[in-house]
Amino acid sequence: MSTFLTGWLSAEAPVLIVVLPLVMAAFCAVMPKDKIAWIITLITTLICAVLAFDIVLQVQSAGVLSYALGGWDPPFGIEYRIDGLNAPVVLLISAIGVICTLYALRSTDAEIEPKKRAPFYAAFLVAFAGLLGMVVTGDAFNVFVFLEVSSISTYVLVAMGASRDRRALNSAYNYLILGSIGATFFVIGVGFLYMETGTLNMMDMADQLAVTADGSRVAQLAFAFIVVGLGLKLAMFPLHLWLPGAYAYAPTAITAFLAATATKAALYLLLRFVFTVFDPSLAFIGATLTWLLAVLGVVGMFVASFQAIFQTDARRVLAYSSVAQIGYILLGVGMGTTLGVSAGYVHLINHGIIKGALFLALGAFWYRYGIKRVSDFNGLGKLMPWTMSAFTIAALALIGIPGTAGFVSKFQLLTAAADNGWWWAVGAVVVTSILAVIYMGRMLEAAWLQPAPLVNGKPVASREAPWPMMVGLWVLAIASLVFGIMPAWPLELASGAAQVMLGGGL
Amino acid sequence: MFSEFITHFNYIVVIILMMTGLYVVFSASNMIKKLVGLSVFQTSVFLLYITMGKVTGGVPPIIEGLHGGDYGPENGAGHGAEAAGQAAEILYSNPLPHVLILTAIVVGVATLAVGLALVVRIREVYGTIEEVEIDRLNYAFNMDGVDEAASGETP
Repeated sequence: MSTFLTGWLSAEAPVLIVVLPLVMAAFCAVMPKDKIAWIITLITTLICAVLAFDIVLQVQSAGVLSYALGGWDPPFGIEYRIDGLNAPVVLLISAIGVICTLYALRSTDAEIEPKKRAPFYAAFLVAFAGLLGMVVTGDAFNVFVFLEVSSISTYVLVAMGASRDRRALNSAYNYLILGSIGATFFVIGVGFLYMETGTLNMMDMADQLAVTADGSRVAQLAFAFIVVGLGLKLAMFPLHLWLPGAYAYAPTAITAFLAATATKAALYLLLRFVFTVFDPSLAFIGATLTWLLAVLGVVGMFVASFQAIFQTDARRVLAYSSVAQIGYILLGVGMGTTLGVSAGYVHLINHGIIKGALFLALGAFWYRYGIKRVSDFNGLGKLMPWTMSAFTIAALALIGIPGTAGFVSKFQLLTAAADNGWWWAVGAVVVTSILAVIYMGRMLEAAWLQPAPLVNGKPVASREAPWPMMVGLWVLAIASLVFGIMPAWPLELASGAAQVMLGGGL
Repeated sequence: MFSEFITHFNYIVVIILMMTGLYVVFSASNMIKKLVGLSVFQTSVFLLYITMGKVTGGVPPIIEGLHGGDYGPENGAGHGAEAAGQAAEILYSNPLPHVLILTAIVVGVATLAVGLALVVRIREVYGTIEEVEIDRLNYAFNMDGVDEAASGETP
């Protein structure tokens, strides 16, 4: 077993990445000085990232990590189970967590009131723990609990954007209503699954469901509730209405964190339920994949891309673009073939990295110049050349220019669609990529080709983003380049995930 | 027909509550009423889980002999083993869904608390809790272009 940590630390890693941030959140909440809370948050997320990296290495060598909570054996006790499908998502969430914490040092100074900063970090750690928890757990009801832990703290975090823009409150409220409905639908589905199988452990559920070969009516009902509930959480096209508001008005560090991780964790859960708990070869699941996920994915790609073109607020542009990108992932997943599913999965990881970088850069523009609208981007390339360069790399990756991570995943998606004979899907991906050129190109054109605005007849002074913001931004921008030029590692992770989903390697 | 109604009474109540709750969430404009609807919706799920835990003819899942007067360090172990032997013959209801629902109730309370806190803040900032009115204010806010004025505090 390849691991670089001492024995007990790597053995307990699956539970430590969840428990550590939860415990530390309590300490953060009572810290009198926000800087101490920030240091605790940074150290906690760093430790989690190291543990997550260790987990990925362990999974690559051992296949599956199973951790029995409290020593109760899996079908009875809660099991934390990490395999090729969720290990990369764990790494993504914890790495983005570190980057957003670094970033938050300066951004919270600008957008959160001083006495609310320590609770802000506490809520951030709870959301972080909840997301990691819902990804690592192998127990269906435990998923619901962590889903709500992360969601409730996320509502609070979104509402904290209110000191900058009061619409954050309204957005947080809408997110709360729709998010709770989604989570409740999910728990109804889990209830029906429990009725059908008498177990809550996902692997055990899969075994029990395999006995009723063609899927009973109760199982079908459970599947419908779970898909709709998770669809709300992951912003599947017609259920995405909470997303633009929440992304546009949340504090900047939180927007980047949510965009890169929250919808991705929910997407992972959808994959876990569709492909490992249920059997994708069943007729009703195959029909759902083709006619619901793939079709809604394509419709979402078009509608959300068009909506992105007509937005004035830069963060809303990227929020609608996120809905479109989720459409790509769902299209890949909806094909149900190994190629398609691994393409969707690699796009899930790449899009997390790319969107994280884009939202961090937008936050930096706002931090220095108060810029929120696309029309105010004029001359930003000259005023903040380094920040804008990172933004440009990520924007090109989002469009899918060769040499970037976005190209790799879109190329995989096109190959999979062609292989599947879905030429309409090939056309849809190409056309919506052109739409992405329009909405991202609008920002790039203004930033690089337009002159900087004059204030009182003098050009605005150039002010680069502070270094804590710059570090995270460039790490993500370089990652999106490296994964574009040398895509071996993400593709290997994605094929490992596809093998877990379709290879019967439970 | 009528006997089906009796045997599925709980499920019928669950469906009625669920639909009522969802309808209130979607149709109400008042934010407090929406939260009430959400709570009704969540409560219907509690009832669903509790109903599925009931086994026909089952008794509460409490092992009898363990709580007798002679339960102590010396006698307890023997009685416990005896009681465990009896347990195989007694039909118990399933306690697990009840435990799950305890967790779900806590989650529901937390959601409601955060929701109500948000409504209080919305009332402070907007002066209303009617969603139609807030949408109108936000729309006017967008049209007047006072966005920058509200967020001009860059360091």
